[in-house]
Amino acid sequence: MLKILKYSFYDLMRSRWSYVYFAFYLLLGVVLLFLNNDLSKAVITLMNVIIVLVPLIGTIFGVMYYYNSKEFTELLLAQPLKRSSIFLGQYLGVALSLSMSLILGLGLPFVFYGLFESSAIWDFSLLLITGTFLTFIFTALAFNIALSNENKIKGFGYAILLWLFLAIIYDGIFLMTLIMFEDYPLDKLSLVGTMLNPIDLSRTLILLKLDISALLGYTGAVFKQFFGTNIGLIVSLIMLSVWVVIPVLRIMFKSKKKDF
Amino acid sequence: MERLFKYSVLYFVVFFTNTIYSQTIEVCENCTMSSLKDAISYAKDFDTILVKKGTYKEHNIKVDKPLTIIGENYPIIDGELKGEIITIVSDDVTVDGLFLINVGTSYTEDYAAIRVRRSKNFTIQNLVLEKLFFGIYIEKSRDGKVFHNKIIGDAVEEYNSGNGIQLWYSKNIQIEHNFVQHVRDGIYLEFSNDCLIKNNVSANNLRYGLHFMFSNDDIYQDNTFENNGAGVAVMFSKRIKMLNNVFKENWGTASYGMLLKEINDAEILGNTFEENTIGINVEGSNRITYKNNNFISNGWAIKVRGACYNNSFIENNFLYNSFDISYNSKINDNVFDRNYWSNYTGYDLDKDGIGDVPYRPVKLFSYIVNRTPETIILLRSLFIDIIDFSEKVSPVFTPDNLLDTNPLIKKIEW
Repeated sequence: MLKILKYSFYDLMRSRWSYVYFAFYLLLGVVLLFLNNDLSKAVITLMNVIIVLVPLIGTIFGVMYYYNSKEFTELLLAQPLKRSSIFLGQYLGVALSLSMSLILGLGLPFVFYGLFESSAIWDFSLLLITGTFLTFIFTALAFNIALSNENKIKGFGYAILLWLFLAIIYDGIFLMTLIMFEDYPLDKLSLVGTMLNPIDLSRTLILLKLDISALLGYTGAVFKQFFGTNIGLIVSLIMLSVWVVIPVLRIMFKSKKKDF
Repeated sequence: MERLFKYSVLYFVVFFTNTIYSQTIEVCENCTMSSLKDAISYAKDFDTILVKKGTYKEHNIKVDKPLTIIGENYPIIDGELKGEIITIVSDDVTVDGLFLINVGTSYTEDYAAIRVRRSKNFTIQNLVLEKLFFGIYIEKSRDGKVFHNKIIGDAVEEYNSGNGIQLWYSKNIQIEHNFVQHVRDGIYLEFSNDCLIKNNVSANNLRYGLHFMFSNDDIYQDNTFENNGAGVAVMFSKRIKMLNNVFKENWGTASYGMLLKEINDAEILGNTFEENTIGINVEGSNRITYKNNNFISNGWAIKVRGACYNNSFIENNFLYNSFDISYNSKINDNVFDRNYWSNYTGYDLDKDGIGDVPYRPVKLFSYIVNRTPETIILLRSLFIDIIDFSEKVSPVFTPDNLLDTNPLIKKIEW
């Protein structure tokens, strides 16, 4: 598996897209810091970008890589190798190279700007952690989609739909549900609703740091326990890991059964 | 030469009569006067009582003549939880440098560490108060000074705790440089006019850091209010000036930096509201000027609950608040002008420092959160940004005349 990981990783490192992705984040970081003199405000803006863009790029890139390297995969399948290690190797290769572009691209400008002396360092590292989690989650979801769809166009369609759903439509439905059932106690429902969407989950994780004073304005006891203590942070991180593990398990399961 | 001689004679005469007629009485554990009560009953008007270091177990000390009571190295007056410690009922009394401890708790009477009743020209300074019920209680008095006191309570529940400094039907009192913490209300004013509250620190109190009721023409400035149960409440008062205060970290569901209720003609200038759940909660308040205030990282910078007319918000900084302004009605009669909003996204093509597009401080989402508080969990979601944007383009739910037509491009410094 490590060998395949290495091949995929180096393959991607040599590809143009990784550099474009890296350059994009680098530019974003530099421009943000140039325009905002305030590190913490730059972190807020970055959060908005990361939560929307990282999943999009993760899904598209994952699907694209799977379809592009299909021939290579089939060649590997002819060899005496475990199927799960082939696909996991490829998945980790993609996810790792994307995460690296993200961390380096955003990290470098911030480090040069004096992140280590600033109080925003925890917020910023939380941002990078969530970004990495999102990359892993959405690349895994993309591999799932690609494994289940032989048709490229269909695969891309589903991938974009998945992103659109989780990034925007889900929140719309969520909001409508909350407003419709406003006569009932909703604090548990709203927390569960957040857990079920990795994008919302990472958003909440960052809100805990940035908007804690507003979040404490709401009366619910469950809310208060969740946001007021470290439980929120711990539960969110655990849920994010669950969100990585489940799609990865499905990749292994699916790849064993699939006919090529 | 003759004149000089005359003056010096006059001076000596004045000096000696003073020392002869107003004498100093010492109180210490081994002196003839071993208690403050004895000393007071022995003393004549305008005497000075000097209390040496030691512990004096006394309560219900009644100061009924104009005296100056000075403690040396903070002598401890222990009330042994039996009731009030010092009650001042005479004019021109000064109390300085005592350590008052163990005030009795009662559910029928407001026992205080030191109470001033129907007196004029008193000075209470450099006291340290601990284990108290009420701290400094001033009733129906006027022209007094309360300086440099340190009040440290141990209040746990609102119903059986008292206030740090309480004024009741008093006039023209100056309260400066006091430090109050862990009591019910740090400083409480009821029916008290023309008072000045300056440079105090009121922190970690159960209810309010500062509480005004039916008190007019007061000024409070340069105070710090931090981490109190519900911040500062100003209610049913007229012509209050609130200048350069700091309101910090008042977190909780019913917690405010400042609560304004039925306040008219007030001025709120130069204050800083930082990291409160709600910076200012306004209800039924008219003709208030908000100028040069900083609202930094609050949940809601200003929450307007209704019946607020003719207020003006001019040249304030709104920095990184989750919500800048929240309204619960569609009617707006308040003016927003020349503020700096960190959430402003417009541009300034003519470079006059004023944004070319008006700023709408009320977001649709804040309206939704007012209706269904649980939706707060969707804060900063892309979907919410989209609906906020569409509301901004064509306001339906928020008052359409509520806008800052001259939003500033740069943060205001003053």
